Amino acid sequence: MEKKDINEIEKKMKLANEGLPEKERILFSDVRPSTVGPLNKHLEQFVNWVRARSLWLLAFGTGCGAMELRPLMTSRFDMSRFGIAPRPTPRQASVFVIGGYASIKTIKRIVRSYEQMQGPKFVLALGSCTINGGMYYDSYNTINRLDYYIPVDVYIAGCMPRPEALIAGFNRLKEKIQAGECDGMNKYVENFDWYKKNQKQIIKDWNMPDYNW
Amino acid sequence: MEQILKRIKEKIEIEPVTKQKSDLYFITVAKEHIELILSYLKDYEGFTHLAFLQAVDYLEDNKFQLTYMLYNYNIKVNLGIKVFINREKSEMTSIHKLWSHAWQYQRELHELFGIDFPDSPRVHESFVLEGWEEIPPMRRDFDTLEYSERTYYKRPGRSTNDPQKYMKEKLYKNYVEAPKIRRDND
Repeated sequence: MEKKDINEIEKKMKLANEGLPEKERILFSDVRPSTVGPLNKHLEQFVNWVRARSLWLLAFGTGCGAMELRPLMTSRFDMSRFGIAPRPTPRQASVFVIGGYASIKTIKRIVRSYEQMQGPKFVLALGSCTINGGMYYDSYNTINRLDYYIPVDVYIAGCMPRPEALIAGFNRLKEKIQAGECDGMNKYVENFDWYKKNQKQIIKDWNMPDYNW
Repeated sequence: MEQILKRIKEKIEIEPVTKQKSDLYFITVAKEHIELILSYLKDYEGFTHLAFLQAVDYLEDNKFQLTYMLYNYNIKVNLGIKVFINREKSEMTSIHKLWSHAWQYQRELHELFGIDFPDSPRVHESFVLEGWEEIPPMRRDFDTLEYSERTYYKRPGRSTNDPQKYMKEKLYKNYVEAPKIRRDND
C-alpha cells in the first residue's frame, strides 16, 4: 500500500470535528472511541457483581421525569439502600437516567454528558416519551425514540412511573449488569457513525466536537 | 376601573371593551397607539406590572393578535390590551424601554411566531429552538405532526383509543343514552 493511501485511511479514521471553527479544532481530540473487551471470565463476573452494587447516577434532570428522582433520593424511597448515589458530574457517574421527553436542545446536552461519562456506563430511560414519544409523539421539538441517539439498557414505561417502578427498573438494571448484558458503551462505539448520523440529523447547529472525550 | 376606562376613552379609541370578570378587562387598540397607551397606563393609572406578552394566530383573518397583560397593584385589576397586526409583514414596536423584561417575551415571539421587534435587544438569538430551519412552529400553518414524522423515528405499534368509546365498550356495555329533552324554542 502506498503511503498516500495510508494517510488517507488515517484521515478517515479520525473525526472531522466539522462543527468547530478552524481555530479551535486543534484544542479538541479527533480520535475515535474504541471498544473495551471483557476481562477474563471470573474476574469479569466479580467486577460485574461489584458494578451492580455501586450505581452512581448523574444528577442531570433532562425532563419532567426527573421529578421522580427527588422522592427516590430522599428518605421515603431512599435509593442509597440499593447502593445508588447521585453524582454532580458526568465524569464520576455510571448511570444516566433520562427523565421523560427530550427536546432537541436537551438531546444535545444528553449526548455531551453521555459521551463524557466514564465506562462502563448505563442508560435508564424513564417514561413513555423515551420509548415512542408518549404524549409528545407529534411535537416539533421532542424526539420519539431515544435508542436512535444513545444506547438504552432498561426502559421504564409509564407517564409518570412512580418511584417504585424506578426501583424495579434499577433492580432490572442490576440483574442485567450482573449477567453481563449491559454493553451499551461498546454498542455505541461499534455503531458510532450511525448514532452520529442520527444525532446530526436533528441537532442542526452542531458546534461541539464529534466525540466529547 | 370604569373611571379609568372613561379617561382612556377620552384620549383614544379602545373599542371593543370586554369585562370578563370583576378584575379582568380587555381593550383593543390600534397598532400605532400601543406605546402611548402602555406608557400612559404605567405612569398615570398605576398599571406597573407587565404580566405577559403573548400572541394568537388568526390564520383565517391573516392577523396576529398580541395581548399585553398589565396588572394594577392598587386596585387589583388585570387589564389586557389587544393589538391586531398584519400576519405577512408581522412587525411590532418594541416595549423594552417601558418594561426591561419585555425583551425576553419579544425574543420568544420572534422565534415561535416570527414576529419581528426592531431594536429589541438580542431578539434574533435562538430561544428554545437551536438551529431551526422551518417556518416558526407556533404559526398555525406549520404542520407539527408531519414535521415530527419526517424528522424523528417512529416506533411501530402505537395505537390510540377514543376515551369515550373505549369506556363505553369496557365499562358500560348496557349504557342507554338519555332521551333528548324537547325544549319549546327548538
